[in-house]
Amino acid sequence: MQTRRQLLSRSAQVAGMLAALGLLPGMARAQAADYNSAAFDAKTLPDAMKALGAGAPVESKDVTLTGPDIAENGAVVPIGASTSLAGVKRMLLLVEKNPAVLSAVFDVNDAVEANFSTRVKMGQSSNVYAVALTGDGKVLYAVKEVKVTLGGCGG
Amino acid sequence: MADPMRIRAQAAGDKATVRVLMSHEMETGQRKDAAGQTIPAWYIQQVTAQLNGKTVLTAQWGPSVAKNPFLQFNVKGAKAGDKIAIQWVDNRGDKRSDEAVVT
Repeated sequence: MQTRRQLLSRSAQVAGMLAALGLLPGMARAQAADYNSAAFDAKTLPDAMKALGAGAPVESKDVTLTGPDIAENGAVVPIGASTSLAGVKRMLLLVEKNPAVLSAVFDVNDAVEANFSTRVKMGQSSNVYAVALTGDGKVLYAVKEVKVTLGGCGG
Repeated sequence: MADPMRIRAQAAGDKATVRVLMSHEMETGQRKDAAGQTIPAWYIQQVTAQLNGKTVLTAQWGPSVAKNPFLQFNVKGAKAGDKIAIQWVDNRGDKRSDEAVVT
């Protein structure tokens, strides 16, 4: 017996794959050129990592996540991710209990520091992850629990 | 066409801190309107930044980035007078591009 959640996640994955292959022209046109829909549709952390082609993440002190301990309004939670590591290719922001875990992906290159801040929405209190993908295939993360008093994803 | 972005780029030492405030609804596709209909997702998917025409940052966003998104990043080697350009593309294919000068 499949739950609705599984079913939805599968159909989203299939749709994502089809879109990636250009089999759904209507959808593909609406997507930005190299948008990784599979990763952004992923419902769990391991799924998101898989969709991005990254291995299992390892906690690291070299990655820093800044955010509030308690966010009054889940619709606007300021989150910053930075790392002192060299050779970082990508920084990710993930919110564990959001309907889709992946919030943002930043591509890092020589011209920009691996230090980004933005604001995310959070449906409920949850762990927030900052993940750094390095050029040599390492996946390092920092985690912080953010408590939300008013959710930002429901109606 | 969406409202313009507010961009501020300040040079400090050998880098510049760029702060961008975009004007976008960032609808998640999770909410329902008063009639119980799901509001379709509408959010920025891709953000790029250029320093003097050279791409320095590309980012992909999901619908869980907050409404009227804020983004801060540091560009190495930028100095006063340099041009910072920011573009975004949303999932409806709408685009917006704005420029600012580093101060």
